[in-house]
Amino acid sequence: MIWNETKECMSRDQMTAIQSARLVKLVDYVYHNVEFYRKKMQAIDLMPGDIKGLDDITKLPFTTKDDLRDNYPFGLFAVPNSEIVRIHASSGTTGKATVVGYTRYDLDVWSECVARCLTMAGVSKDDIIQVAYGYGLFTGGLGAHGGAEKIGATVVPMSTGNSKKLTTMMVDFGATAIACTPSYLLHISEVLENEGLIDQIKLKSAICGAEPWTEKMRNEIEKRLKIKAYDIYGLSEVMGPGVACDCDFHKGLHVCEDHFYPEVLDTATLSPVKDGETGELAFTTLTKEGIPLIRYRTKDLTSIDHSPCECGRTSARISRFKGRVDDMLIIRGVNVFPSQVEAALVNVEEVTPHYMMIVDRVNNLDTLELQVEIDQKFYTDEVKAIEALTKKIAHILQQALGINAKVKIVEPQSLVRSEGKAVHVIDKRKYD
Amino acid sequence: MFAKQLTVFIENRTGRLCEVLNVLKNNNVNILSLSLADTTEFGLLRLIVNDPALGKEKLSECGFSSLLSDVSIIKIPHKVGSLQELLRAIDNDGVNIEYMYGLSIEGESAYVVLKASDIAKVDAILIANNIETVSCEQIANG
Repeated sequence: MIWNETKECMSRDQMTAIQSARLVKLVDYVYHNVEFYRKKMQAIDLMPGDIKGLDDITKLPFTTKDDLRDNYPFGLFAVPNSEIVRIHASSGTTGKATVVGYTRYDLDVWSECVARCLTMAGVSKDDIIQVAYGYGLFTGGLGAHGGAEKIGATVVPMSTGNSKKLTTMMVDFGATAIACTPSYLLHISEVLENEGLIDQIKLKSAICGAEPWTEKMRNEIEKRLKIKAYDIYGLSEVMGPGVACDCDFHKGLHVCEDHFYPEVLDTATLSPVKDGETGELAFTTLTKEGIPLIRYRTKDLTSIDHSPCECGRTSARISRFKGRVDDMLIIRGVNVFPSQVEAALVNVEEVTPHYMMIVDRVNNLDTLELQVEIDQKFYTDEVKAIEALTKKIAHILQQALGINAKVKIVEPQSLVRSEGKAVHVIDKRKYD
Repeated sequence: MFAKQLTVFIENRTGRLCEVLNVLKNNNVNILSLSLADTTEFGLLRLIVNDPALGKEKLSECGFSSLLSDVSIIKIPHKVGSLQELLRAIDNDGVNIEYMYGLSIEGESAYVVLKASDIAKVDAILIANNIETVSCEQIANG
């Protein structure tokens, strides 16, 4: 099934024409409504009229996560707050969150994109879908929810954190689809197995995203749960889940190109690379009103394929992600930057600035351990003082990162001091 | 009188305690008593030694973090009920005991190491009750 055949199966020429027209309009829109872009364009003597179509996109400046941080919270919004109906936020690289705003039209577009993805994953109005992404500032829950409602499915807004309730309802309601992170789904499959419920489920598809996963993980999910699993991609800066999704053929993720124009850039020169070559993915939001972004650098490494897919869709496909340009980690679906940890630890005088993050996956759930050294001045002969300190740091981290971490105090001088670029992360999770 | 206790923070892994003891041995630091508070992640090794300052210095040179803190080494009669009587005297004044361990027995007397929430107050209680306290050196030299 294809949700919107007109948009998803048009010829390349038609798509390029639509993208060109929308880009021209977008550039004019941001020039007149976002001071940040107006100044950036003026600085390089670029006027809206200079952008006549897609071929001119390389003349436009890039946008980065730092730009969102520097304009925190609403500086990049193109409309007054009276037009914004929803705010979402994700982790920034340091203390401040990355904030995005949606107009009513933006939410409609978002639901449309998620509807396309869910349809790609075989979900229809006849399905009962459990949305087990976090509901809240994170775009996962509400994003998937909106799309599932749009197609008319029966939506069960589970959110995260209660696997027992989720499995019980999965069986009792006869849920046929689930949207969650792939690692959480593997965890759920274990819970189902342990409770002897695995043969009582009616699940047939899973829409998994918000963290990197592999074909091996997909195979394992499909085998254990006897379902089909699909890869959905998105990022809050661009929209949220629904920017791209893979179809039954699993040959890359179809991008909703009429709304998000994808470019894959050479990591050294930042000029677009050819189809099939790996580079950094960037998006231009062609139709967004609230916070339109021009050439937003995702830091995700991928390649692109513009050839038509066997499923009948002609939309460009991006390959499974091949890594990150920066040091961002995704832990339990939450974006975490080592710099956030560093910023949080600055306020803890009892420890030295040295730290090590150990990321692992235990029973298919991500774990984060933070190792810190106690400062010479705060040595103690009492166990309770050290326990109080680990609790305090864990609380500060929870506030800063939004995830629970285990804090381990280690012996002084035991954390590696490296010259040059320090190594702050050991990621033991296996992706292949 | 307070005595200096040497406390060493050690991670809970094989061989680490032995390495600490090795440093003390190589520098002729004699251990009179010890207590090891263990948790799943780390341990606090509390030591009464003949020369706490030397112990700290040498441990530090070998990369171990240690701390000198004041504790009371209390001499009590070596007979049933004497420790309970000591604690009752301290409890009556509302002082909380953080930790305690035995040190040695010498004829008619026994020694315990005690750390309380308010060490000055404990010292005052001991003096008021005419209970003797000693230093590390006194213990070391018998």
